[in-house]
Amino acid sequence: MFTSLNARALAVSFCIFVAFLLAWHLATQAAVPVQKMDPEYAKLMGLTATKGTSAMPGPLDVAAKIWEHLKSPFYDRGPNDKGIGIQLAYSIARVMAGYLIAVMVALPLGFLIGMSPMMSKALDPFIQIMKPVSPLAWMPLALYTIKDSSISSIFVIFICSVWPMLINTAFGVASVRKEWINVARTLEVRPLRKAFTIILPAAAPTIFTGMRISIGIAWLVIVAAEMLVGGTGIGYFVWNEWNNLSISNVIVSILVIGVVGMILDQILAFFARKVTYPE
Amino acid sequence: MMQVSETLSSIQHDERFISIEGIARHYPAPDGGKTTIFENVWFSVKRGEFCCVIGHSGCGKTTVLNMLAGLELPDEGVNIVDGKAIEGPSLDRAVIFQSHALLPWRTVLGNVAYAVASRWPSWKREAINDHARKYIKLVGLSGSELKRPSELSGGMKQRVGIARALSIEPKMMLMDEPFSALDALTRGSLQDEVRRICLDTGQSTFMITHDVDEAIYLADKIVLMTNGPGAMVAEIVDNPLPRNRDRINLHKLPDYYAVRNHLIDFLVTGSKVFRDNIPAGYDPRRPPLVRPAAPTPASPSDRKAA
Ligand SMILES: Nc1ncnc2c1ncn2[C@@H]1O[C@H](COP(=O)(O)OP(=O)(O)OP(=O)(O)O)[C@@H](O)[C@H]1O
Ligand SMILES: [Mg+2]
Repeated sequence: MFTSLNARALAVSFCIFVAFLLAWHLATQAAVPVQKMDPEYAKLMGLTATKGTSAMPGPLDVAAKIWEHLKSPFYDRGPNDKGIGIQLAYSIARVMAGYLIAVMVALPLGFLIGMSPMMSKALDPFIQIMKPVSPLAWMPLALYTIKDSSISSIFVIFICSVWPMLINTAFGVASVRKEWINVARTLEVRPLRKAFTIILPAAAPTIFTGMRISIGIAWLVIVAAEMLVGGTGIGYFVWNEWNNLSISNVIVSILVIGVVGMILDQILAFFARKVTYPE
Repeated sequence: MMQVSETLSSIQHDERFISIEGIARHYPAPDGGKTTIFENVWFSVKRGEFCCVIGHSGCGKTTVLNMLAGLELPDEGVNIVDGKAIEGPSLDRAVIFQSHALLPWRTVLGNVAYAVASRWPSWKREAINDHARKYIKLVGLSGSELKRPSELSGGMKQRVGIARALSIEPKMMLMDEPFSALDALTRGSLQDEVRRICLDTGQSTFMITHDVDEAIYLADKIVLMTNGPGAMVAEIVDNPLPRNRDRINLHKLPDYYAVRNHLIDFLVTGSKVFRDNIPAGYDPRRPPLVRPAAPTPASPSDRKAA
């Protein structure tokens, strides 16, 4: 083979993509036999169902829709009709808020748990019970106490992203190699300086792994949370477009959610690479 | 009482920089009892003295060194430095770790500078780096300042560890097999450097080694530990070679082979059998001080007297 591995992988990716688009296009072009149906139901399902073409949009419809969104991502025509850019901005802002609060809670608490075997044992039962709870199960409680849907979503994001960060920070801090601690001890390094110059850099790769898992989970959860509470956000957008029977918009949203999720993950991966050290 | 004038017990207390008094280390044994790694270990290191410890692997040498560093406390007994019991680590006692213990996220310069900055917190970054560079140059690593530990060979890592310990200019050096991973040439020149620094600064040194020649070249005093478990100090060898010896001509010195054979005999047989036939009059508080010497050819009858 003359070409590099990357070039070949890229070519295969491209072929798969084209084949997928082609199959999708052909599948949605194929005529569906007109079904006899209750006229009420036909009305509900929209024109396409009665016209003999698939209700499923093809790649061209979706491409046209993407273009439409790209042209004006930030339009705002009332509560039920906002541009996808605005909806995304809402979701990202909520994720950031909940996530940052989680960072501020999880890192210091994780340090405490990691440094003190006693605190680790004392807090372990709470963590073990709280960790497996689906973050959405907190939603009713949040809505009842906070009485604000937006802040409730932020709370849910906080709850779901706090555990991986807390557990990884505690683990990373607890497993700092004894010999590095001993170096600091023989140099009489003060506790605060030791925390920042030995423990933090030693545990940073593990901490960032936790932060990366958290941002992934937060992005998964925000869609579900916004579907639940409605109002604004990309999750609400998906649900709203489903109610409008705009499948093209639903597909566009799926793509957008995927791309944003990837970008968030890559940002964290970038920082994780920065702090990783080869041993 | 005049007889013991040669033994350590006669040394004036203020002369003893470090005094190890009856220390022991036990670990829980799998059967529920306890394993004694060593116990009742007594010896001392004078100010400015170079003290080597020789003993087989696992007899507890690193453990003793960690106790002197203050990283571990003995289960029994006490270590005294400068008249005070050791309760924790101190910048006065620098450690060269057996496992290098470099910080992998810092460069060579960063590792040494970290120690320098800990020693002199008020120094400016420039001064810290200059000082660190001086010691990096001393161990022959100039040009590798910006490499990370993962890019260094075992011997280079060991030298960074040496530079880091020397850079804080401690009152005492605790070295755990500091030259074990070096080639003969580098080892020789670093031994020369370390010896020169110790003589120049009057530093006291405690060094663990497996290399008999290294011990003879560097040490004023060699502590012989028996095999573990239940290791003890069998004897303390007073190095008879003149203080201004040099490495090249070491083996030409008259007493060289006497010391060397004495040490090797101990390592080959003595360390194993010592426990089972402890010589009469052996007192762990005052391990015998031995000074091997070449028989004087002029009067062979002297040998018996000695
Ligand atoms: N946590 C532990 N639990 C039980 N035994 C231990 C523990 N740590 C060390 N030991 C034992 O203590 C003994 C002394 O260990 P140490 O590291 O001091 O040996 P050493 O003389 O430095 O050996 P080497 O020359 O191989 O470096 C060993 O036999 C080891 O098995
Ligand atoms: Mg050892």
